[in-house]
This record gives sequence, C-alpha cells and structure tokens, in this order.
Amino acid sequence: MAILDILVYPDPRLAQISSPVEKFDDELLSFIFDLEETMRVGPPSVGIAAPQVGHFERIIIVDVSSKPKIPNHGRLTLINPNILYKQGSMVGREGCLSVPEYTGNVSRAEKITLQALNKEGKSLDYTLEGFEARAVQHEIDHLDGLLFLDRLVSKRNSLFIRKVYK
Amino acid sequence: MSNWYMLTVVGRDRPGIVSQVTLALYKGGGNLGEASMVRLGGNFSIMLMVHYEGTAELLGKLISPVGDKLHLHIHIDSIKGALHQRLEPDVRISIYGADRAGIVAETTGVLVEAGLNILNLESDVGGTPTNPIYIMEIDGAARNGVDSIRVALDSVAKGKNIKISVTAINTLMG
Repeated sequence: MAILDILVYPDPRLAQISSPVEKFDDELLSFIFDLEETMRVGPPSVGIAAPQVGHFERIIIVDVSSKPKIPNHGRLTLINPNILYKQGSMVGREGCLSVPEYTGNVSRAEKITLQALNKEGKSLDYTLEGFEARAVQHEIDHLDGLLFLDRLVSKRNSLFIRKVYK
Repeated sequence: MSNWYMLTVVGRDRPGIVSQVTLALYKGGGNLGEASMVRLGGNFSIMLMVHYEGTAELLGKLISPVGDKLHLHIHIDSIKGALHQRLEPDVRISIYGADRAGIVAETTGVLVEAGLNILNLESDVGGTPTNPIYIMEIDGAARNGVDSIRVALDSVAKGKNIKISVTAINTLMG
C-alpha cells in the first residue's frame, strides 16, 4: 500500500500518451490498489488516471457515488477504456488534481457507451450519462495526454444545460 | 504590503489598448495576475491585477504615457488581495424577457435575501429598439443551497413575461 505522488502541470509527462495494459497480474492489482488509495486520500475528487501518478498505462478509476442525486455505477476501474459511442453535449465546470487552483468550463458528450476491461481482464460494456460520463471522459483524456485545459470553452456566455422551471 | 495593485482602465475602444498597456507594465517590471476585459457599448474597460515592487505613484507614472496617448482613464488601488482567492460558483441563473426597468434590482434583491453571493453577472439587450429583450446570466455561490434560490425566484417570475432558469454547477474534480 502506498500513496503515490500526483504529477502537476506543467510537468511535460502529463502530455504523454499511455500504452494499453497487457499483463493482468498481481502487480497490476497492487498498482490499482495504490491508485485508488491515492485518489481517496487526496483532495476530494471523483476520478484519477494512471498517468497522473507517472504510470503510463491505460487505467482509470472513477467514482461519483459521493455526489448526491447523481446516477452512478459506484466505483469503476476501467482498463484500456474505449468510447464506442457519444451522444449530445453539455458544458460543465471541471478541475483537476494535476491543475491546482483553477477550474474552467468544458464541453463533453452527455451520454457515452464504453467498452473496457476489468481488473481480471474481462471485457465489459457500460452506458454512462451526465456527471459520471463527464468524469470518465476527463480521465480518458489523461490517457491521451490531454488536460481539461486543452478543451476550455469561454467562461462567459457558455451554455449550460438548462432546466427551465418557469 | 502585498505589492498587488488593481489597475482599472476605461475609455473609448480602439485596437491595441491591451497590448500597449501590458507592454508598458511589462517593460516597467510589472507582473500580471488575474484580469478581466469587457467591451460595453463601444467602450473598453479592463481590470488588471498587477504585481509591482514600486509605489502606486510610480506605477501611475509608468502607465500614464499610454493612457494619455489612447485617451484612457486609469485608476490604481493598492489591494490586499493575492492570487488564488477565487470563490467557486455552484449555481447559474439565466433570465430573459421583455426589457423592463427594474429587472436587475428586483432579481438581485431577491437573490441576496435567498443567500446568493453573486460572483459573475453579464447582461445584454437584444431584440429591436421597439421590442428590446433583456438577457442576464448570473453565476454565484448559494449559501443556503440551490433549492432556496429556485423558490425565491419563483415569486419573481410569477405573472411576468420573463423566463428564469436555475442550474446547479457541479464542479468535477478529476
């Protein structure tokens, strides 16, 4: 068990593209354990990607269950995740453990269909929406060397999804 | 003394104001923090946080040649603030409807009562001169929760030809 150091922008390693996981062994399980531990002990966050701790394999963990009234799948450990289908778009505010003291508006798909491997290497499909879909897209970006800073939209006049009540 | 100054620059808009003002500051040893520029009705305005080792008077001297050349009003305040003092909004309120005197005062009065701290407000007038439409967007921190904002605005919208929507801003930290 270990708490890993989080890479912070402008560390150039955050722009590195991660490789697919090929070996499903105890070493992988141990790393995933540490990655989750790192996410849980740090500032409150709903996800983490392996490259954020300098480990360049395609592994992410997302857990939005701490947020009230948000549909979720509990803790998701997604290995070699692949978005098969995107639907809709919505602007929301994002921050990142690797970019302290800044948040910005980012446009993401509202609903995604995803294929990923679990810790045992078994392929699973997921349909995610809203905040959980946003979190997964944010973390998958890390695997491709992208930060939310690469996707900022204007702070002013950006369209949120509006629930008109009157 | 934090050595942070708030520099406010206002004047008739023309191309090149930002570059000339910031060049003068850079050459004089100033360092910029947060800034916000807005163009309203053909007028230019910007607020700049400037970190500068000298006095306000020296900073004024540094910037006045550009101000005189471009006919800008320049105001300098020594501020206690520093970077990273931002508050995160947790609610966005959008209001639009037929333009009518008093919309802002009425709505913001209700919002303050409901526990809202306004962090950003933008408004615009669209439509035609005979049928103007007023559009306003407010981001804020709802001290008593987003639902209390909804309830409070319900009474404002009632019986008027305006639309109000309230959206929670749920900042994702990943």
